[in-house]
Amino acid sequence: MSDPTGDGALEETDDRGSDQHPLFLPVVFLGGVVFGAGLAVSQMARPEIVLEFLQFRDLGLVFVMGGAAVVVGITVFGLVNSGRRAPLTGDPYRRRLKSMDRNVLVGGGIFGVGWGLSGICPGAAYASLGIGNVIILYGIAGMFLGAYLQGYLRELTAETLEPAVAD
Amino acid sequence: MIDATVQLGETVIALLGSELFPRGWEHYLLGGLFIGLGTAIIYAATAIPAGASTFLESTLSYASRLRRFQQPRFVSSRDWRVVFTVGIVAGAAGYSVVAGEFVWLTDVQPWRLFVGGILIGVGTRIGKGCTSGHGVCGVGSGSRTSILNVAVFMLVAIGVAQLLFAMGVRP
Repeated sequence: MSDPTGDGALEETDDRGSDQHPLFLPVVFLGGVVFGAGLAVSQMARPEIVLEFLQFRDLGLVFVMGGAAVVVGITVFGLVNSGRRAPLTGDPYRRRLKSMDRNVLVGGGIFGVGWGLSGICPGAAYASLGIGNVIILYGIAGMFLGAYLQGYLRELTAETLEPAVAD
Repeated sequence: MIDATVQLGETVIALLGSELFPRGWEHYLLGGLFIGLGTAIIYAATAIPAGASTFLESTLSYASRLRRFQQPRFVSSRDWRVVFTVGIVAGAAGYSVVAGEFVWLTDVQPWRLFVGGILIGVGTRIGKGCTSGHGVCGVGSGSRTSILNVAVFMLVAIGVAQLLFAMGVRP
């Protein structure tokens, strides 16, 4: 089987349907609430705080990303090595690994320009809306537009290059 | 000798603390632990390493008929991704109401948010993830791809933010 999108879609482990278990959506919501509260507690929902980190005026963000990655790291490696399956989906625990290619660098670079210019990123922008920062809607609208543009251009190029490709 | 070393160490830590962490560091660590915990809850229950940026594409699948957005991985995950995102908004709202910080408005200019947002939308989709997907789940998984992506966007963002600051753009 080929990879129709050319961006490692086959490695995706987060594409499951949402209706296998009655607790699936409640647990996802609970996780989102804790995640969003964390973004608010850490003040990362404020673009100013992110910009001050990038300008080396307050390095607190090191603790935010570091603390989050350590908690997730312990959880992921503990569960992967347990050999069990997730209770709500029956799926095996895997690490989040994506294929390495030039896009990872190009995409990271473009993301970096946007992050340095605005101080926002997707998760923090949603949380910023939650703390009542309606001005962030400019940023969220931009993110949707950017994601759409990328998908649109990708589809155009795909059709030019492979006109006979099956859906 | 040992006393002098300890004293020097304490002085350095105090100096670094006030210089590098003018607001303290405890709430940053606490927030990070909560962000990690939220991700861990979803992962433990479902084996899904949830990131925040695929929401953009999966939500576009409701509105756009482009095959790009109608891939099964977006269509099948779009409902729970909306629920996850609504959860993020609700969690942040809950904390800000309790802490008395609700309705805080940014001073960052709308054009910067909008242009930055476009670049972020393009960049996360080309680069397969963002600060939560690569930065938290990927780095937490020990993924070399994610660590490299994070290193690149961190360095570029630092360069851009420092340049803007030097040019007198505030905040």
